[in-house]
Amino acid sequence: MAPESWYLALSAVLFCIGVVGVIVRRNPLVIFMSIEVMLNAANLAFVAFGHRLGTADGQAVVFFVMAVAAAEVAVGLAIIVAIFRLRRRLSVDDLSLMRW
Amino acid sequence: MIPAPPVALGALLPALIVFGTGVLVLLLDLVPPRTKDHLGGVALAGIVIALLGSISLWNHETRAFRDMVLLDNYALFFHVVICYAAALAVLLSIDYLRRNGVESGEYYALLLFSTAGMMLLASAGDLLIVFLGIELMSLSLYVLAGLFKMRLASGEASMKYFLLGAFATGFLLYGIALIYGATGSTNFDRIAAAAAARPRDTLVTIGLGLLLVGFGFKISSVPFHMWAPDVYEGAPTSVTALIATGSKAAAFAALIRVLTVALRAAQPDWSVLLWAVAAVTMTAGNVIAIAQSNLKRMLAYSSIAHVGYMLVGLVAGGVPGAGAVLFYLLAYTFTTAGAFGAILLVERSDGEAVEVGDYAGLARRHPVLAATLGLFLLSLVGIPPLAGFVGKFYLFGSAVRAGYLWLTVIGVLNSAIAAYYYLRVIVYMYMREPEGVEVRLVPSFAGGVALAIALVGIVLLGVMPAPFADLAQVAVAPLLR
Amino acid sequence: MSTVWLIPAFPLAGALVNMVFGRVIGRSAHWIAVPALVASFLGSCVVFARVWSGQAFTTTLFTWIVAADFETTVVALVDPLTGVMLLVVTGVGMLIHVYSIGYMHDDPGYARFFAYLNLFVFSMTMLVLAGNFLLLYVFWEAVGLCSYLLIGFWYTRDSAAQAGKKAFIVNRVGDFGFGLAIMWIWIAFGTLDYVAVFKGAETLAPATATGIALLLFMGACGKSAQVPLHVWLPDAMEGPTPVSALIHAATMVTAGVYMVARSHALFERSTVALDVVLWVGVITAVFAATIGLVQTDIKRVLAYSTVSQLGYMFAALGLGAYTAGIFHLVTHAFFKALLFLGAGSVIHGLHGEQDLRKMGALAPRMRVTAMTMTIGALGLVGFPGLAGFFSKDEILAAAFFGSRAAWALLLAGAFMTAFYTFRLIFLAFFTGPRMSKDVAHHAHESPRVMTWPLIALAALTVVAGAAVGIPSEHGTPFARFLSPVLPVHEGEHGGAAGVMLLVLSVIVVAAGILLAWFMYMAAPVKAETIGQPRTVLVRLLLNAWYVDWLYDRAIVRPLYALSVFLARVFDLGVIDGLVNGLGRAVVWWSAGLRRLQTGYVVNYALTMLAGAVIFVAYFLAR
Repeated sequence: MAPESWYLALSAVLFCIGVVGVIVRRNPLVIFMSIEVMLNAANLAFVAFGHRLGTADGQAVVFFVMAVAAAEVAVGLAIIVAIFRLRRRLSVDDLSLMRW
Repeated sequence: MIPAPPVALGALLPALIVFGTGVLVLLLDLVPPRTKDHLGGVALAGIVIALLGSISLWNHETRAFRDMVLLDNYALFFHVVICYAAALAVLLSIDYLRRNGVESGEYYALLLFSTAGMMLLASAGDLLIVFLGIELMSLSLYVLAGLFKMRLASGEASMKYFLLGAFATGFLLYGIALIYGATGSTNFDRIAAAAAARPRDTLVTIGLGLLLVGFGFKISSVPFHMWAPDVYEGAPTSVTALIATGSKAAAFAALIRVLTVALRAAQPDWSVLLWAVAAVTMTAGNVIAIAQSNLKRMLAYSSIAHVGYMLVGLVAGGVPGAGAVLFYLLAYTFTTAGAFGAILLVERSDGEAVEVGDYAGLARRHPVLAATLGLFLLSLVGIPPLAGFVGKFYLFGSAVRAGYLWLTVIGVLNSAIAAYYYLRVIVYMYMREPEGVEVRLVPSFAGGVALAIALVGIVLLGVMPAPFADLAQVAVAPLLR
Repeated sequence: MSTVWLIPAFPLAGALVNMVFGRVIGRSAHWIAVPALVASFLGSCVVFARVWSGQAFTTTLFTWIVAADFETTVVALVDPLTGVMLLVVTGVGMLIHVYSIGYMHDDPGYARFFAYLNLFVFSMTMLVLAGNFLLLYVFWEAVGLCSYLLIGFWYTRDSAAQAGKKAFIVNRVGDFGFGLAIMWIWIAFGTLDYVAVFKGAETLAPATATGIALLLFMGACGKSAQVPLHVWLPDAMEGPTPVSALIHAATMVTAGVYMVARSHALFERSTVALDVVLWVGVITAVFAATIGLVQTDIKRVLAYSTVSQLGYMFAALGLGAYTAGIFHLVTHAFFKALLFLGAGSVIHGLHGEQDLRKMGALAPRMRVTAMTMTIGALGLVGFPGLAGFFSKDEILAAAFFGSRAAWALLLAGAFMTAFYTFRLIFLAFFTGPRMSKDVAHHAHESPRVMTWPLIALAALTVVAGAAVGIPSEHGTPFARFLSPVLPVHEGEHGGAAGVMLLVLSVIVVAAGILLAWFMYMAAPVKAETIGQPRTVLVRLLLNAWYVDWLYDRAIVRPLYALSVFLARVFDLGVIDGLVNGLGRAVVWWSAGLRRLQTGYVVNYALTMLAGAVIFVAYFLAR
């Protein structure tokens, strides 16, 4: 089995991929998916740390995070759908009514 | 066999009351009558019961779920602040929703869930609870911000708030993961013990940096503030009032507890960073606010500036500094909720009156409302003897005593700059003739009650601040032992 | 609870009643406001009597702010200085309230006006009573607020609204210094209480004393319109004339003088601070007088005169002649209020005309106004025997023995004062007439309710100086009365030099009046030749040395531009630029995507990312 530092490295890479995804993509759905990648990077880190520490706390946290992420998906999709109904386009670039 | 953990719901009682009321509102929404007026009353009753319960629990410290949830005086102080914010928001909503044709049961339910999240955040003794509290609070607010489904601005506010909020949560959660990895726990006390044993652990410091990103977003400090003006402007004004007061107070509650309890060992590190953040935040907020002509947007930048002031108290640290932040939050909640409430009651024929020009000559036609809004603005400026002045006095006083003279000078200078844009509104109300479209005052009993409560609050806190400041200090003192 | 608190309580109650029930009360508002002032004045008399018998005391209302080792109470310090100020504020205030019944008679905002006026008297009496610096600061702001409300009272005039705003902003500059001074006092003494601070001042390090005193003086400069913060006062004349008389001549603008005199223990510790006070005062006295020479608006002449006379008061304080400064404050309150009310009476009689070029020959039509205003003018220029004679010459004497250069300049100022004052009197009442037949026909004396206050103030102008201002071996009776609070000036009094000085100043004043007579009375003047910018100097003076223009270009516009720049360019341009640069690098490394000209959500996210990177980098660097 690979040492857990590998898992941590993977988690860091995932987190960065998520961050970059948020920044380079314009479709709110894809941005949101990138955020989910960030959350999952954190989940991976929790599990890896939990394994190293020999406690179940890390794993337990992951369940909470997953539940919250599911709720976030529901809310996020609802918002995206509401906007799509009004605009018929799906790009965050259109969302610049309010600025300065 | 693993023994079942002890369940002590008493520590969650105020939050549970609010949450339960939310569920009740959802159920009542399904049964007749079809009008939703009474749901606002139910929500208000729940909040008031939670408020009274919180007050009666003062000095009865309870810990539950292996110290994950703490119902100490500190949490109770914030419960009171949050309940006031939520109650004002509900009172402001009742007629506002009907006027805009978006009456709905789930509005009040979401508002109550959000409030429960804020209260959870205030009594968090564990980073996991911080995460859960923030999410419960924010997810509800994301939806509430987009309540006006037919308005582009509302949807845009909702979307921006949601995407950026979730983004910030990602940082926060990763920070929690790193701190957990470094200290082996997510509990504040155990983190504190581990962090004190191993100062300057790389993982802890990176984790702290990421945590501050997440909190910086929720309190809208520079450079995580950019969402605030857009969301405040686009969201329904009653929701804006709650976002600007309750959610900010709750985020501060958790932030202070994390920094002063869990990560006290790193105080030399974070206080320098927050010094810079405070200076930049208040300056950016105030300077940019000058160029605004939309009142909601102006108040958004103003609230960013006020976060800068509050960070001054956090930097100053100690019981005086943290106590000053608590007092300021109480004062700020009344003032800001009142200011948004006053704006909400003014209407032009084609929608809300939010441009400063709409307020020209308001004093002549609606002298009471103009005077009320004027007092809120003067409290924001920090004119004595209103709450804002005393709050700033405590904040800057604590900074002076802690030796942060330059930060105080920057703060006082900022207060002087800020007077300009607040006063401009007063000048418009009192010293200009009405221009263009006619604005009218919306008759609203509930709204009037809300403004009256807020007004009494700022005058009382301004004239007799000592007892409340004492309570704030009593609340924070155990944290800093 | 002491009866002292009744003095501010009556006007406060009056203000609240008129504010809340203003619509119902309407034209009867003065039945609330004037009795409130009378009661307040009577209370002041009672308190004055107690002080007269040598009783100085403090009385606490309640504890206001408590912060650990620090406590601020709402406390009054009542001593002879307080007593004098209370009498001036409520006495002059009472007369001006009575006058306002006539002056504001037709105004739609009648109740509102009296509410503000009462509120002002409340704040001003509290300011004078305050027993610690924080309370002083609170009511310092409160009188300012009333002042802005009243400057902008006729807000339908755009200029009035602008003037109110200008007054507020300029005062904030001064208040910033005042706030810092209070903070510094707190650091240095651990208390803001007058008694403790002034006791502790004796052992204060000179550098600290200098810093605190200069910052306090910065606040005084704002409130009392000293150079370079004088610009708001002339514009403040947009307010109704009773307001100009009460707030912008007799009481509020002298708060700075009062504050410096009150804190003289701090100023005494620093020769630098006293020198600054002296020279700012002298420069203001002369500078404002030069501008007054050419103004054509009757109220602006008086406004610049007020600025100039406040300069005299500060010069006296800077010389250590505190009692002389306060004495001038008192006499000035009488004759300047009289001059303003007289000007108001003229404006009232001419239905709003304020331009000296369109007045003239009003003396036969407005006998009482002309008589009383001439007395006021004589008081202002220092005609022997009248109030200004004693108070101004005391300052000049102190200057003569303190600093010859200051004395010479102040004497020049006295000359100019005499000139512009009588220029005003001649142009308004004697030469001419230069107004249209129609206006001339309708010009009328003001009603009794307005002329009686004029007569009362004229009487005070005549007797006040002689009553308490005649110097003797131990200074004037006024100075002896104040000696428990303010040290008696160690200058030389009387003697041959003193008499010489008196004669000299009388000659200078006479010369000023004569010059005005030659220029405006000896030969009839045409309206269009008055105040015309024929020379560069006159043009400079007419534009008040272009100070406003300078402030606009050097401060106001750049600041506004900066704000717009930050909002539009910095937030979305520079930060974005920075962030975009950073983002580009990230994108280059990861996927080579070059889609950075994105919408704003992305920009916000990038900013947050930049913040996160900075935060983490900072923590790693520690």
